Amino acid sequence: MTFELFVQHLVNGISLGSLYALIAIGYTMVYGIIRLINFAHGDIITLAAYFVFFGVGLFAMPWWLAAILSIILTAITGIIIEKAAYKPLRSKNAPRISLLISAIGVSFFIENVSTVVFGGRPKSFYSPEIFKGVIKAGGISIPNLSVIIPIVTAVLLIALVYLVNKTVTGMSMRACSKDMDTAKLMGIDVDRVISLTFCIGSALAAIGGIMWGLKYPQIHPLIGVMPGLKCFIAAVVGGIGNIPGAVVGGMLLGLGEILLVAFLPGLSGYRDAFAFIILILILLFRPTGILGEKIAEKV
Amino acid sequence: MKIKNLHKFLALSIAVLLMFSILAGCGSQQASQSKNQGESNAGEASGDKIVIGVYEPMTGASAAGGQMTVEGIELAKEMFPEVLGKRVELSIQDNKTDKTEAANAVSRLIERDKVQVIIGSYGSSLSMAGGQVAKDMGVPVIGCSPTNPLVTLNNDYYFRVCFIDPFQGTVMAKYAVNTLNAKKAAMIMDVSNDYSVGLCNYFREAFIALTGDANAIVAEAKYKTGDQDFTAQLTNIKDLAPDVIFAPGNYGESALLIKQARDLGITAPFLGGDTYEAPEFIEIGGQAVEGVAFSTHYTAEAPVTEVSKKFLDAYKQKYGKEPTAFAALGFDAYLVALEAIERAGVYEAKAIRDELAKTANFEGATGIITLDENGDANKSAVIKQVKDGKFVYIETIQPE
Repeated sequence: MTFELFVQHLVNGISLGSLYALIAIGYTMVYGIIRLINFAHGDIITLAAYFVFFGVGLFAMPWWLAAILSIILTAITGIIIEKAAYKPLRSKNAPRISLLISAIGVSFFIENVSTVVFGGRPKSFYSPEIFKGVIKAGGISIPNLSVIIPIVTAVLLIALVYLVNKTVTGMSMRACSKDMDTAKLMGIDVDRVISLTFCIGSALAAIGGIMWGLKYPQIHPLIGVMPGLKCFIAAVVGGIGNIPGAVVGGMLLGLGEILLVAFLPGLSGYRDAFAFIILILILLFRPTGILGEKIAEKV
Repeated sequence: MKIKNLHKFLALSIAVLLMFSILAGCGSQQASQSKNQGESNAGEASGDKIVIGVYEPMTGASAAGGQMTVEGIELAKEMFPEVLGKRVELSIQDNKTDKTEAANAVSRLIERDKVQVIIGSYGSSLSMAGGQVAKDMGVPVIGCSPTNPLVTLNNDYYFRVCFIDPFQGTVMAKYAVNTLNAKKAAMIMDVSNDYSVGLCNYFREAFIALTGDANAIVAEAKYKTGDQDFTAQLTNIKDLAPDVIFAPGNYGESALLIKQARDLGITAPFLGGDTYEAPEFIEIGGQAVEGVAFSTHYTAEAPVTEVSKKFLDAYKQKYGKEPTAFAALGFDAYLVALEAIERAGVYEAKAIRDELAKTANFEGATGIITLDENGDANKSAVIKQVKDGKFVYIETIQPE
């Protein structure tokens, strides 16, 4: 394998990995604060992609307006899901596993409703010219998106870490993540914090969904399921609840998948299995994930 | 939360998730059952109705193919709504582009709707899964577009109105060698799709025979239905610089694949099979799929029979667009089924099967259909190419 070829594989891997990382951040943030794995996250990604699709296709909006509206709508959807499916359980002090099952229920609900409403036929996702270009450097091709996605991921990572660690809102989030009852006694509006968490988490999912649609411009009602699962794995690998950990996990998973196919082409069909094998290994040998131990308590 | 608890909780979460994904299959099956309950109550074979079963992928990766086929079947039913003096009714089941669902759909049709003949399915893997059930229960099935030879082989109850892949693979290998002057080819196959794997095997055989070079296939890359990132496979192929790339598979994955190939700077022409003929292929692929050539069953530009013209006019009137090969094949499958029922004189599976096997010189929209001892039709293929965002007819190739 030539050096050029190897670099091309690395570029491909980073491009896929940063997309995984972007979605994993949303997963891990919600988990970090309310200790709930929001399995509907993948379906929120689907909804965001369809919101843009209909914004551009049905209402003839410019794509950026459709994207912004999609992020807002998706954030609102996230809050509605929280109020409808999680809050009633939480206020009854239901065991955590009930919340998890409720999350899976929401996931199936969205999948089936979107199949009925949007139709099962895959549709093409509109992608504006600026995302279509390719940068050529020697023999290496770097699609513009492969540069844009890591930048978006990095910006969101920094913004999120700042929000959680340096702001008052972040402080109340961290308090809730440690002990909700005590946080309530200290005068923190726990419900507001949780709503906000879902709002931000869903907005992140929306950005991830839009980026996913731009990179792989084919959408159907189950489009978010596999990214949702993969990014859940990425979040666990990096240490669930840990925001920088999600980025590390995502990158690792993306690079791993690409390099597996690159060096062992015979195993190409097993790339999804590869992700799950990593999940099992991590759970067996390092259940807190790569970066989990250090700041697992801190969000 | 303590680390030990975290571990436990995660393990529990995953166990629950896996359990639910298994239950999901059952849940959605029930949903589609109840959705079709209304039809089924009316659909007993007794009385003044005859219910013909249809199972096609209406959702999932092959949804466009299934929906186009059903358009053709419904048009045919509208034009020929009666047989044996009774009204024909269709019970259309969605197999969700899923092998398990395909088998379920066939047993549902036979057990609940008591159908005596079934039409379907787009996709060879789906047809094979459904075919086994139909064979066990002794109900004949007419495939519209499954092209893998194994669909009808050793299955006396499966027939089809389309050509098969040994022919299709040879047609594309000839096109690559004679028209494109290709010496080296790369193949990219969807390993979870029998259609793609089979077609690649026949292409390989024919390409090696035509070039006389045992090493003419320089690469065989693999992926799986549902994959969206093909950059690793394509980067390896780019390094080998083939003259042509043969990549049959679902239109969605294939369009993404070709798009990524062009982004990586691969300029070699892409060839594929009949599944490329879906409007989504061009919508998703855009500029990248310009020049892609593939074989298919039918073209509106060169109607072959009187029935072709009738079909064409009726289709345009009903749907306001040009029909694809799949609509035409769905149309033909319905007509072949109807004729077999007519000849059998009764609506009974065994009698219909025997009449289907005798189908000869039947004039359909896609050509003259004569079924051989395996239940396959020997028909001409059409080569089409994407030009200016449209499928353009290139040539017709006769079988040997």
